[in-house]
Amino acid sequence: MAMPEQSSTSGEASSARSDTRVLEIDNATGFRAFQAGGFGFKRDAYFARIEWPGGAHIMPIDAFLRALMRDVAWGFFYGVVNFDGVFGTINHYGEVTMFAGRFNDAYRAAGRDHEERFQSPALMQVFKAILSDWTIEGYDPFAAPMETGLPWGQKQGSNDAAIERIRVTARRMVGLPGDAPLRTDAAGYPVNRQFEDVAQDAPLVEAEPGFENEVSAFNLFAYLSRSDVTWNPSICSVVGDSLFCPTSEEFILPVEHGNDRCEWFLQLSDEILWEVRDKETGRPRARVLQRAGDIACMPADIRHQGYSTKRSMLLVWENGSPKIPELIAKGEAPVVSVSF
Amino acid sequence: MVVTNFGSLKDYRKGGVQIINDDPRNYVFSNLFEVASNAEPYARIAIGKNFEYVVEVARAEGLSPWYSCAHDEFVVAMDGQVEVHLVKLADPHLLVDPNSSGAHRLADEPPEGRKMGRIVLGRGHMALLPAGSAYRFMSEAPSAIIFQTIQGPETIEKWAEICQTSAA
Repeated sequence: MAMPEQSSTSGEASSARSDTRVLEIDNATGFRAFQAGGFGFKRDAYFARIEWPGGAHIMPIDAFLRALMRDVAWGFFYGVVNFDGVFGTINHYGEVTMFAGRFNDAYRAAGRDHEERFQSPALMQVFKAILSDWTIEGYDPFAAPMETGLPWGQKQGSNDAAIERIRVTARRMVGLPGDAPLRTDAAGYPVNRQFEDVAQDAPLVEAEPGFENEVSAFNLFAYLSRSDVTWNPSICSVVGDSLFCPTSEEFILPVEHGNDRCEWFLQLSDEILWEVRDKETGRPRARVLQRAGDIACMPADIRHQGYSTKRSMLLVWENGSPKIPELIAKGEAPVVSVSF
Repeated sequence: MVVTNFGSLKDYRKGGVQIINDDPRNYVFSNLFEVASNAEPYARIAIGKNFEYVVEVARAEGLSPWYSCAHDEFVVAMDGQVEVHLVKLADPHLLVDPNSSGAHRLADEPPEGRKMGRIVLGRGHMALLPAGSAYRFMSEAPSAIIFQTIQGPETIEKWAEICQTSAA
């Protein structure tokens, strides 16, 4: 969302890996296999199969592709992207750790967890290659399940147009001259079927001559009603490191997001249920039901996953400062935003 | 027929935090319509805080004081209709320290400067409140607005009063 892209700041020579390979096409399925360091990736008709030295994991291909789509689109995001309870990535902002079992209590206790650190561009390149090769014609991993085809079966075409959407990153505010544009029918953003009742009116803006670039407003709800993707927060307005990242949500957040900083959710419409678990162990800690107007903070030591039946509008609010993860990791900043 | 529920000052239904093994206060859970309903007009109450940054809510009703800020702010109308008046301050540094944060309340009379324009926000509309300008609001009926800003002298914190504090 805020799509962090800061570089690592250690200044020391990096030992992070960059060895990735695109392997041969499987004669039976038509899909390619891939290698990133010690991790190997294969897909068949139903599953993604992941191997690493001393272990292996299997995921339904739809769940894997939906999670991979977000990890790619979000630039590895803030903190931890758990594809499920075993596999995922940790963003170090310039480098990224790929892990198996790192945030799984049983794997950790048994010493069966495994992780390798990569240079972000190298891992991103192979992730994009996997996503492109394994997403077949008609399947859109960014879409709600009722709005896309199926991912199953042998290799049949591709859907690069769906997986290469450009995320919105407004520099000041959507709609300002030269900034991220509004969404319109003409631009290819029709109103979503679940938001047909959302008013499409525009605010009345009367700018005096010379102030056309600063006297500005737009219909945020109409803008969100035209989002063609789900669970993809994008920056709409910026105050320093304060980023308003609204998004439309339907079905399940495809990852369990492990926070490296506090993250706020303001429910703009309808409702989302959040399952909150301990970041390290995965043990349940709370369920947060947010209805329209509710605002809540996700602490920096949890992971969360949201469920939204009716497509809803959510304002994700981030502090994008690159200093925060280290402050929290060192115990110099609290894991909760407010103490009272 | 699809019905999208946005909530309002008169019609909102709070969710809540169901605790399994945690402190509900960690989630700083509140509802903006409830907070605005119980607030004085234009009292800017923090409902979100992340280091120096805040999200404030206010009940817009009648004419507000004039405010100014050394940095950009944004306002979103969450319920009702709110008019925004903007003035380019002749000397913004005279009124607000350029290194300060958050909104500053100005004197009640119109500030010296050029008129920038007028915006009328309906539900879901977002507007820029540009750095160095002065702004005020007018709303004939009670409305709810939120601000994206930095904590400042107008920010009111009363977390224990507005947030869920016990396990559901």
